[in-house]
Amino acid sequence: MSNFINFRIGNFNHYMRLKLPILIFTCLLISTFKIYSQNCAYNFSGVVMDLHDESPLSQATIQIEGTDNIVVSDSNGYFKFSGLCLSKYSVTVSHLECKSKTFTIKLDGNIQKIIKLEHHINELNEVIVLGESEKRSKTIFENKISNELINNNSSSVLGDILKNISGVSSINSGNSIVKPVINGLHGSRVDILNNEVNIQDQQWGIEHAPSIDINSAENIYVIKGAGALQYSGSAIGGIIIAEPSKTLLKDSLYGKTLVFGGSNGKGGSIMSKLTRTYQSGWFSSIQGTFKRFGDFNAPDYVMSNTGFIDKSASFQIGLNQYNYGFELYLSSVNNEIGILKASHLHTAGDQIRAIKSETILYVDEFTHKIASPKQKVTHNLVKLKAYKRFQDFGKLTLQYHFQNNKRLEYDIRRGVNKNTASTDLRLKTHTLTLDFDSNLFEKFDFKYGIKGEFQNNFPNPETGVKRIIPDYDKYDFGTYFISNIKLNKNWLLEAGIRYDYFKIDALKYYRKTFWESRNYNNIYSNIVINELTNQVLTNPVRNFNNFSTTIGLSKKINNFNRVLLNYSIGSRAPNPSELFSEGLHHSSARIELGDLSFSSEKSHKIGLTVSHTKNNFNITFNPYINSINDFIYINPTKIEQTVRGSFQVWEYMQTNARIWGIDTDINYDFNEKLTSKNQISFLKGIDKTNSEPLINMPPLNFQNEISYKNKDLNNLIVSIQSDYTFKQNDYPNDNFEVFVPTTGKMELVDISSTPSAYHLLNFRSSVEFKKENNIKIKVGLNINNLLNKSYKNYLNRMRNYSHDLGRNIILNLNLIY
Amino acid sequence: MKKLNIYALIMTFLFVSCSKDDDPVAVNEEEVITTMIVTLVPSDASTNITLKTQDLDGDGPNAPVVTVSGNLKVDLTYTGSVKFLNETETPAEDITEEVEEEDTDHQVFYTVGSPLVMNVVSTNDDSDGNPLGTKFKIDGISSAGSGKLTFTLRHEPKKPNTGLADAGGSTDMETTFDIVVE
Repeated sequence: MSNFINFRIGNFNHYMRLKLPILIFTCLLISTFKIYSQNCAYNFSGVVMDLHDESPLSQATIQIEGTDNIVVSDSNGYFKFSGLCLSKYSVTVSHLECKSKTFTIKLDGNIQKIIKLEHHINELNEVIVLGESEKRSKTIFENKISNELINNNSSSVLGDILKNISGVSSINSGNSIVKPVINGLHGSRVDILNNEVNIQDQQWGIEHAPSIDINSAENIYVIKGAGALQYSGSAIGGIIIAEPSKTLLKDSLYGKTLVFGGSNGKGGSIMSKLTRTYQSGWFSSIQGTFKRFGDFNAPDYVMSNTGFIDKSASFQIGLNQYNYGFELYLSSVNNEIGILKASHLHTAGDQIRAIKSETILYVDEFTHKIASPKQKVTHNLVKLKAYKRFQDFGKLTLQYHFQNNKRLEYDIRRGVNKNTASTDLRLKTHTLTLDFDSNLFEKFDFKYGIKGEFQNNFPNPETGVKRIIPDYDKYDFGTYFISNIKLNKNWLLEAGIRYDYFKIDALKYYRKTFWESRNYNNIYSNIVINELTNQVLTNPVRNFNNFSTTIGLSKKINNFNRVLLNYSIGSRAPNPSELFSEGLHHSSARIELGDLSFSSEKSHKIGLTVSHTKNNFNITFNPYINSINDFIYINPTKIEQTVRGSFQVWEYMQTNARIWGIDTDINYDFNEKLTSKNQISFLKGIDKTNSEPLINMPPLNFQNEISYKNKDLNNLIVSIQSDYTFKQNDYPNDNFEVFVPTTGKMELVDISSTPSAYHLLNFRSSVEFKKENNIKIKVGLNINNLLNKSYKNYLNRMRNYSHDLGRNIILNLNLIY
Repeated sequence: MKKLNIYALIMTFLFVSCSKDDDPVAVNEEEVITTMIVTLVPSDASTNITLKTQDLDGDGPNAPVVTVSGNLKVDLTYTGSVKFLNETETPAEDITEEVEEEDTDHQVFYTVGSPLVMNVVSTNDDSDGNPLGTKFKIDGISSAGSGKLTFTLRHEPKKPNTGLADAGGSTDMETTFDIVVE
């Protein structure tokens, strides 16, 4: 008899094909059997709870799959099945405000079980369509940028909005090129995922900002460390995940429009998004953003040629059902960014003039026009994804995406090349991934996946400028296994391993004099394929085998206290600029040299998170230590004479480094209306081999915010934020001396000294109006740098040439319909 | 069948994108200035003096070779000209033509280091009537001695200006010559 039920459940799909009457008959038959069977007198009972606050959920429907055996939980969340057999059952729990959950139970007697559902309090009927956030990392603290914050800062760039997270700062080239820094690390050590796609946008230099429009994301998460192995094993700094919005499972059409105007840069932005959803699970959405700003202002002058134009759009269509679904996602980001004219310098002598000058070297009338030097960056993405859930097995997801990046950098040039870009890079990446999310075991979750990636870089030779990044093909094959084991009610163990094989196959012209000065003509004579008068064409091929692992524990001490401990080992292969750079980097007036012989960087990071939440008080304390072997950094080594004058030569090198720090977040609600938020980011970076501080480490930073909220006054929010950044006292001394003809003396080029501490105040306010037809209007006034404080930021590459941004009054209007 | 087709499609796609192009072409750096030749024609019709700097590997590791063909003489005047060449190309490209075409965007500056005493003045102007400086005159050489004479080519300087100190722009070329005055 029990065998019969087993058989019937297992072949439910088969039965579905039969005619309905037969099905009903069968069901009746089974119920009849059940009631009278002697072996089937067992109970399965339990409580349905909210995953977040463990409050009981009433009115949850619990169904034994393939039967009409359905019960509903009572006001205490309690439910009970009786008359079950000693067998395996598949049970689905659903709730109006929650995501359904299916699991298997094996009855070996009466069973009691607590079922926790993800309860979306504010998102009635919503389900997570994409980027299910369940298993990123359970033992590394995950920070979140909320949708509200994104909407309120719609005209900002990713790097700026992320500074609302402790331990995250940014490294800038002016005010529009902002790269996120996580716990002191940036560039190819930080992976950025946009809708599950790891963005490959030539992120090799400080002046390459990530091509992402924050408006295409609903929420943004930051994982500080390499622990999220399903995405990458090389993100030894961390991972930033931008998730698109969730889709309602009902017939609906909704959208939002955000309009911004800013006084600084005399510009604004408009963004609109429209989403159509159907009960059947079909959905589509379209979104577009346009931003335009002219020259920005420092408190005392115009920063000429700092305007930018940003045109972005995304489109999404798909079917989202519990058991299967697919998605097509298209996205395009087009930026044109002016580079501060005063930073366009050629020689060390020019640098001395800039550093010694009290004010900026070049000022012109305000304009919206963008002249050279400038960048034009295009990022196009096509993503296709399909998933299917198999009962008692798990979920399979297949994803393919193609990214096409184009990067044009315009310099101030002479003659026929005046309007030709001096850098023209085209990077194409194809990626195919297959992931399996297991549902096989009750207490042991695991995820397994494989990835294949092919990348081609084409630097256009028509620029008439020596290519810093060569032609190359890159192959990446990766596979990972991650798992969570619930040891008991309060302990969870997480472990994962990932292997990546990288191959880079390049075609690079070396300057013959450099090739010989490095002794490459003897070491790498076998890779030369053509010799010209003063250049050699080579075919460097490098293979890297990288292993990454993570292991962590999560312990819930009680309802108020939680501890997470994680140890991750990440491996990052050197990027093309670290391997192949060779020549003058115009924007930094220095010669940069890569090294063909580099090995992969290996990071060992231990992170501890202690969090305490009680009523109106929440504190998260996150100390970490990151020990990086063969850390690749760039270091000045000598002065080189050219006809243009003297240049400092910076060579990429490998060393052993250590970065340790503490991120602290404290939130305290004085009462329902008055709340406070504090965050402290502290870190130290040391080059262990040379016993000196690491360059570009963010100084100690305090951010405090006090907000007043009143729901009765049209949801009024007024807040004041204080941002105190200390002077960085730990920095390497990279100063050098050059001959200056005008003074006839050797003079010091002080590129190392760090700017003084500064304190900024920011003001935020907003009110909301609700109209009929579900239309919500929100009006906000924000003032950044309220006191118009003149300051310089150590992590802004332009700090030697100009001050940072002055006051900016921003008016914004959010329309949600 | 359907699955097979998709698979075939993907493989074709990957195959096509993996197929390797021909070797990349070498880039001729058209704007590089490798060489500056300053010719000084003395007023007594004696041998011309040539000041030359040449750096054939551009930004590469080799230092420029700087030569001065002779000594200047007290009380003589000199008519000078500056020539910029790109010798990475054959035949060498004369960059002076470009500089003179874009005359309002360029200026050559002269810096006389003590204890040298001389006046170096531009003798050709740009189309706005401001000094260009690819042609110049040296006079007022009043005493013997040795010192440094520097030639600087600035791109997009502020014009008019009072000299290097307030000219701004970016340096395209700068060389200091050791000069002896007899």
